Amino acid sequence: MHPVSGSSGAGRLTGEQVLLRDTIAKLASERIAPRAAEIDRTGEFPEDIRRLLAEHDVLALPFPVAHGGVGGDLLTICLAIEQIARACATSSLILIVQELGALPLLIAGSPEQQARWFPDLASGRTLAAFALTEPEAGSDVASIRTRAVRDGDDYLISGTKRFITHGSVAGLITVFAVTDPGAERHGRLSCFVVEVPTEGFRVARLEHKMGIRGSPTAELTFDGVRVPAANRIGPEGDGFAIAMGTLDRSRPGVAAQAVGIAQGALDAATAYARERRQFGREIGEFQMIQAMLADMDAQTEAARQLLYTACGVIDAGGPDVARWSAMCKLVAGDTAMRVTTDAVQVFGGYGYIDEFPVERMMRDAKITQLYEGTQQVQRLVIARALIGRDRG
Amino acid sequence: MHIVVLTKPVPDPAAAAERLGPDGRLDRAASPAVVNANDEYALEAALKLTETLGGDVTLLTMAPPGATDTMRKALAMGAARGILVTDPALAGSCTQSTMRVLAAALRAQSFDLVLAGADTSDGGGGVVPAGIAALLGLPYLSNAARIEPDPTAGRVRVRRITPTGYDVLDAPMPALIVCTQALGEPRYPSLKGIMAARGKEIAPRSLADIGVPADTVGGAVATSVLLGSRRPPARGATRVVRGTPTEGAAEIVALLEERRLLG
Ligand SMILES: Cc1cc2nc3c(=O)[nH]c(=O)nc-3n(C[C@H](O)[C@H](O)[C@H](O)COP(=O)(O)OP(=O)(O)OC[C@H]3O[C@@H](n4cnc5c(N)ncnc54)[C@H](O)[C@@H]3O)c2cc1C
Repeated sequence: MHPVSGSSGAGRLTGEQVLLRDTIAKLASERIAPRAAEIDRTGEFPEDIRRLLAEHDVLALPFPVAHGGVGGDLLTICLAIEQIARACATSSLILIVQELGALPLLIAGSPEQQARWFPDLASGRTLAAFALTEPEAGSDVASIRTRAVRDGDDYLISGTKRFITHGSVAGLITVFAVTDPGAERHGRLSCFVVEVPTEGFRVARLEHKMGIRGSPTAELTFDGVRVPAANRIGPEGDGFAIAMGTLDRSRPGVAAQAVGIAQGALDAATAYARERRQFGREIGEFQMIQAMLADMDAQTEAARQLLYTACGVIDAGGPDVARWSAMCKLVAGDTAMRVTTDAVQVFGGYGYIDEFPVERMMRDAKITQLYEGTQQVQRLVIARALIGRDRG
Repeated sequence: MHIVVLTKPVPDPAAAAERLGPDGRLDRAASPAVVNANDEYALEAALKLTETLGGDVTLLTMAPPGATDTMRKALAMGAARGILVTDPALAGSCTQSTMRVLAAALRAQSFDLVLAGADTSDGGGGVVPAGIAALLGLPYLSNAARIEPDPTAGRVRVRRITPTGYDVLDAPMPALIVCTQALGEPRYPSLKGIMAARGKEIAPRSLADIGVPADTVGGAVATSVLLGSRRPPARGATRVVRGTPTEGAAEIVALLEERRLLG
């Protein structure tokens, strides 16, 4: 099978993007796909895949050339995520979260801050994480309780962050905390770079999960963690805006992960339909199987094209960015769930056992409907853009 | 060390869409092009040599103008520049035209080594490198499994694979070496390499530029004509054996025994 199945993105990709996508597709099918089942089974963070992605400059994609990055635009980053996720959703998170954790710095970091942290992030020497969610603040971001209290030239951060991807393996965490409890909802938060390990910081627990099992999801506690004021990203009170701006740019990454998972499941189901025989013929000759495969293909392609368009709109900037970002994740996440569920159906009972990859893909797909805002929250964002109320 | 690597764009074998047009020539629109796989092994060998000994790698390609897209991938792997010999008069060239044109293009270059792949996946003649070496009077070192240049002595040593082992050949440089896959797997282009490839030069050369009269090459003077191309008859059904290597091996042995193929 050709390493890049599914759309060519015909007409809208540059020669470089095609070459980059095909290179990553080859890397993913030769070096990552053979590891995917084991990563899922052991639930261990794949250090080898992190090194592989770093060696091939994949983790450098989101960072500017001036700081050792590749300077990829959003579509290029998403092409890479899609191809990795087609082989292994856990592995694709290594790139997704490297970008997610660094986005506050990319959006609002000072030139000094960027020069200080980007080279190590771009080389993959340091992994990043993004710490917004708390036990009492999930969809309702503005109700964060973690405090950052000014102490001379420093801040002291205290509180608990939950469900932080790579929280246990990252060396740099962008943490959102309340600096002004008296301010109106959106002016309460600020964003800080916390370099770990550091005194008062602890990984309190790791979650056992349904899918993306090799990606550690950590609960982090901050007990008076001292952070210099130079680590604050943007002015005090800008935290909420930085968080929303980050999610506007990072949700397409989750959409790309979802499209990749869907394509991986479609590839597996198509191959199986040609191989498995019942009633004296290949199951792919049954029209009911054909219809399922055709729907899976059409839906995956539709999600992909919406994503690619969204990337262009978001890179161009403008008032409609939040809507496009939410739309592409909404459609791609639901597509991944539907397509992987149908892929299991095409496999019959064999789809339900771990000898074949589609049950893993179905478990992995579910997370794309949950993180970086649940599907309900995506609908809220879209509806607010339509009806014109302020969000949050 | 200055190394020229001969690189040919061929239809992507993975796309399996290679076909001939009505004129008996390759229908280039039918299939995406890639760098000929054996040429990538030659390029990898050249890149490793220049990484340890210094110098750089130049690609030499004879192809239609669209070949620049394919050459970018080879540039992304680390070659410094490319030369693309392209001319409408070259359409339908046979291997004799090809070797004369590439030899003429090489005359204008200074190099220590020319590296070529064993053969191409679309043509498969495998004689072009030998023809070039003959035309230029270069030592011809084929089936190379190891290449050890000694730049100060101006000589190169090559392990040539033989049916029973290998020969060790020694020759003065410049020389032409035909590479095998034993030299090592080609690298993936790094993403930075892909981005950097944009800024590298691919110099176009016409027949006039390299001093080859247009009426001495191309389809009109081809020494052979391709009449058609056929696929071998389809093989029987394939049985895929799954499981761990141990289980798989046991199952294959059982299958062979069942068919009385094991003594
Ligand atoms: C594996 C994993 C990795 C994660 N990684 C990170 C990370 O790296 N960094 C980070 O900060 N967070 C991370 N998260 C957190 C994730 O973004 C949140 O779980 C998500 O935003 C939902 O919050 P919640 O779990 O508290 O659900 P809740 O907000 O409690 O939602 C429960 C249900 O109520 C619905 N709901 C809530 N509010 C509304 C509303 N206003 N209207 C309609 N429906 C509503 C939701 O859609 C959902 O169905 C991760 C989560 C998981 C599971």
